[in-house]
Amino acid sequence: MTDPRPLRWLLIAIALAFLTLFVGLPVIAVFVEAFRKGAPAYWQAISDPETISAIRLTLLTAAISVPINVAFGVAACWLIAKYRFPGKGILLTLIDLPFSVSPVIAGLIFVLLLGARGVFGPWFEAHDVHVIFAVPGIVLATTFVTFPFVVREVLPIMQELGNDEEEQALTLGAGGWQILFRITLPKVRWGILYGVILCNARAMGEFGAVSVVSGHIRGRTNTIPLQVEILYNEYNLSGAFAVASILTILALFTLVGKKLIESRIKMRA
Amino acid sequence: MGAAIPAASAGGPLRLPRALGSLPGFGLSMGITISCLSLIVLIPLSGLVWKTASLGATELAHAVLSPRALAAYRLSFGAALIAGSVNVVFGLILAWVLTRYDFPGRQIVDAAIDLPFALPTAVAGIALTTLYVEQGWLGRFLEPHGIKVAFAPAGVAVAMIFVGLPFVIRTVQPVLLDLDVHMEEAAATLGASRLYTLRKVIVPAVLPAALTGFALAFARAVGEYGSVVFISGNMPGRTEIAPLLIVTKLEQFDYGGATAVALVMLVLSFVMLLVVNLLQSSVRP
Repeated sequence: MTDPRPLRWLLIAIALAFLTLFVGLPVIAVFVEAFRKGAPAYWQAISDPETISAIRLTLLTAAISVPINVAFGVAACWLIAKYRFPGKGILLTLIDLPFSVSPVIAGLIFVLLLGARGVFGPWFEAHDVHVIFAVPGIVLATTFVTFPFVVREVLPIMQELGNDEEEQALTLGAGGWQILFRITLPKVRWGILYGVILCNARAMGEFGAVSVVSGHIRGRTNTIPLQVEILYNEYNLSGAFAVASILTILALFTLVGKKLIESRIKMRA
Repeated sequence: MGAAIPAASAGGPLRLPRALGSLPGFGLSMGITISCLSLIVLIPLSGLVWKTASLGATELAHAVLSPRALAAYRLSFGAALIAGSVNVVFGLILAWVLTRYDFPGRQIVDAAIDLPFALPTAVAGIALTTLYVEQGWLGRFLEPHGIKVAFAPAGVAVAMIFVGLPFVIRTVQPVLLDLDVHMEEAAATLGASRLYTLRKVIVPAVLPAALTGFALAFARAVGEYGSVVFISGNMPGRTEIAPLLIVTKLEQFDYGGATAVALVMLVLSFVMLLVVNLLQSSVRP
């Protein structure tokens, strides 16, 4: 039983109009605005030393916080999928917590804890370690907001695939690391890649949390999203959109990668 | 834990494998999980509670109940409520279209739905603003009719609709896929009208998922900062959202005030989610 044809067309038209309005137009606008002053101006905005240093800091931040989240994610999934213990539900809720906290509050808690007037601030200052308004703070805030990604994507897959092969390997005398690297990780590798892609997109694009802890020191503690904001607030619109187009391309690649991995996971299931 | 050689083939003393279901690594994985969770999430969050405890009652009340703060909560939660509702309506239509109909480009549409998850919020913010300003592609049609979106409360809702867009679709889609089409057909052969089937078969199945999607979109919208600050115009008392008020207070080194507003936001969001959870358990068949 199918819906009558006019209703079908009407619903498809509404759905497509809504998506065009909220998703299609903004993406097109980014590229149109970025190239408004021509390709040379676009290239100049992208190759500006401040932009380059923002790109470098964003890559560095992702290169630290994504591996931390993968290592944590694998350990947490192993713990939750392989053993029974009390408090598992609470543990899962706590891991998910960063998703329900406003990014601004995520930044705020690190300022309160590690800032000059924070709990540990004076100690860091005495040892001449700069955390807030410096790179470590940016990495910490980014790791906080991306914390649940890998666990969320890997855990369902690990639970669904079960522990039979691992237990067989154990009876054959394999050690824990051998089981992890030879059996479990290969089994869930697409799930890990999926988590990494989502985690990376968020790590590179995080704005609120990073904006609170970065201090906006030009050429030193600006990530790509913060550089977009600075250019935009200076009314350098084409420059802001040129830098924003880098992030938009990253987002489009993320969507393609996500789709490809989804079909992989579906094929295996 | 190196490569253990099976005891029998090694000819050494027979080592029995551990009991089934007791894979090694419990202590290690528990240790890593708990220490990462504590260092990155729990200890920093407890800083918020510590800071609040150090505030005086009058200071707290002053920061939490100032007219500017009240206006900010009203805007943040009101706009998030509107955005969540819009997302439920269009999310249900999109989920229905994507699961039930086949049309060219369906896969692309399905992939495009996740764009708000992938696109950095600052980029979304400046792109939406450019569309809705007076000379923008959409603003030039809206402003002559007196509809102001950019630098007005409506802009806040527009940005929140964008960031919350995927949630309802992604929670409802699997339910619609699972929902047996045969059940609808059975209802039809028994003489049920299309509308009756919709009301009695489809809506009860989809409602809990739609509520979950609403709650997720709402929570995301309330805390949203990056996409909203560009389009809202940030006028205190009129278009200033609560997260921006926190940032403003931080920039003035008013850490106590920032903490107080943050705490109100956390408590209000928690209450909202609790209400949604209760609603959900009451509609679940």
